[in-house]
Amino acid sequence: MSAPGGNASGESGARAGRPAGDPASESAARAARPPAPAAAGLSLAVRTDVGALDLDVGLDVAAGECVALAGPSGAGKTSVLRIVAGLLRPAHGRVSCGGADWLDTERGLDLPAERRRCGYVFQEYALFGHLSAWRNVAYALHEIPRAQREPRAREQLDRFGLAERAGARPGTLSGGERQRVALARALARRPAALLLDEPLSALDARTRAAAARQLAAVIRDAAVPVLLVTHDFTEAALLAERIAVMDRGRVLQQGTASALAAAPASAFVADFSGAVVLTGEARRGERGATLVALDGGGELTALEGEPGPVAVSIYPWEVTLSPPGEVAHDSARNHLDVEVVSVTTVGPRVRVGLAAPQPLTAELSEHSARALDLAAGSRAVASFKAAATRVLPR
Amino acid sequence: MTSWFGVVLAVALAAALTFLTLPIVAIFAQQPPGDLLSALGEEGALDALWLSLRTTATALALILAVGTPAAYLLATRRFPGRAGLITLIELPLVLPPAVAGIALLAAVGPSTLLGRAAQDAGLQLALATAGVVVALTFVAAPFYVRQAIAAFEAVDPTLLDASRTLGASPARTFARVAIPTALPGLAAGTALALGRALGEFGATLMFAGSFQGVTQTVPLAIYDRFATDFTAALALSAVLVAVSAAILLSVKLVRGPDAVAR
Repeated sequence: MSAPGGNASGESGARAGRPAGDPASESAARAARPPAPAAAGLSLAVRTDVGALDLDVGLDVAAGECVALAGPSGAGKTSVLRIVAGLLRPAHGRVSCGGADWLDTERGLDLPAERRRCGYVFQEYALFGHLSAWRNVAYALHEIPRAQREPRAREQLDRFGLAERAGARPGTLSGGERQRVALARALARRPAALLLDEPLSALDARTRAAAARQLAAVIRDAAVPVLLVTHDFTEAALLAERIAVMDRGRVLQQGTASALAAAPASAFVADFSGAVVLTGEARRGERGATLVALDGGGELTALEGEPGPVAVSIYPWEVTLSPPGEVAHDSARNHLDVEVVSVTTVGPRVRVGLAAPQPLTAELSEHSARALDLAAGSRAVASFKAAATRVLPR
Repeated sequence: MTSWFGVVLAVALAAALTFLTLPIVAIFAQQPPGDLLSALGEEGALDALWLSLRTTATALALILAVGTPAAYLLATRRFPGRAGLITLIELPLVLPPAVAGIALLAAVGPSTLLGRAAQDAGLQLALATAGVVVALTFVAAPFYVRQAIAAFEAVDPTLLDASRTLGASPARTFARVAIPTALPGLAAGTALALGRALGEFGATLMFAGSFQGVTQTVPLAIYDRFATDFTAALALSAVLVAVSAAILLSVKLVRGPDAVAR
């Protein structure tokens, strides 16, 4: 907004940088959207103690970009969101968004939460139980004239397919409806940043797929920086363009999901960035199987899944590699011709980044990797069982 | 097997019920209802009822206006000495009423510095209606504040956080989210304080005295009459029983209709 704010946030963006960015992993990545200048996006660099946790995080999210903070519980993910929103004050650090400084501990600047314009979707949604759905949304609209609040709130709910539930109290809404009211409420004030804390974790498996689809659309349409917290790597891979893996208060590595899986910077990231996610179109196959035509080529067989656009997740340790033309005679039903993109050794294991042509990752023992004589550019056949191929609606 | 134990339980319940309700039933059964009603018509009785109503309402207004934000602060902030502070606020709860009266005399009695300052400012406390309000507030406030702290502590803090991220200031969050969410607990606390204030006897008698129309509330009027005009004492008691029952019922209604039906 003001010129000095823009300057200061530019500096902080440069300082925050990408802490554990690995050039090798970037090369394996499908083109990630390059971060816009920090002035337009969200930029934070903070260091503080939160209870027993020593939090030290630097992060830049461009306007229109979604970055997932992924990691186990207690990693400090939610604390980062709370710091951005102004609900938690760090000992040291800076937060700026959209060219305005929100926090600068050195200058003693700490904009209160109500003036930061963060759309925050809480884990259990935090809907006000004493207010109907539309009044929950209208609560965010107290800056506009009173007469316009109700029509605007109902319009906003309509956008989320909740026009008929506008008068209902949160207690009578289903989990999926509550989540949509929370989203509608968070977006009602045209926030400068959207913060999502485990937005799908409170939903049952059946509701989750539909909610994930809608959430993906919301994130795609959001013209502001989106910061998503999740403990589920697959969810992060589906919703975010970039994933920052967090553990014990630190961002260990940032990159696209496939880049993290193919070239993890540490054993922790390797374990955490478990499933690789491929996209495609499912149709019914023979004997109850599901066939998935992968975007960009290739076909897979899975044991379950509904026809339509799907995401397929495969764990790297389920994927075996063999030289071209020498397909192993085991029970694996899926064989993809692949090109080796990268070879990364993590402890006793080797992560092999593959182009299938979608990014795929195999995890081998050092011994088998040596036997296969893998190098970037060489070709191989990636095999995995139909049972190891999870199909999720997209 | 369970038969003899079932009998023991039923007998225990019958005994408890009889002991607890008999005196209350007796208030209404001693005299014909017509006599009770006409006793209420007596001037002193009406004065006492009107005074009790006024002083209790004023004390409650003071308790709610000051106690609610104070309880919110104690419930939502953690700071050293907080537990000690809460204990201090709760102390009048366990204080014998006579001690409360003496304590008020010692603090703001006519011969004290504070009492004289109040008098100079035109506020007569001892032996005056304002003194009754002070006594009622002193003994009833802890009942409300204690309950209000518990009610605010039970409010999910993420609701308050959500309110802030939606653009509401801390004051607006307090008024629009914290109070409505804590309302059942606050109402229960109000009813408890109301009941305590209405029945206040010892502290009022010692601090404000018992002057008809000025400081003689219903409990003092009952005490004043029981030796000379037992019917009038019964009539006033019946009114207090009715009001107390109404308070109890409203607390249970606030906590949900189930609490009454069950």
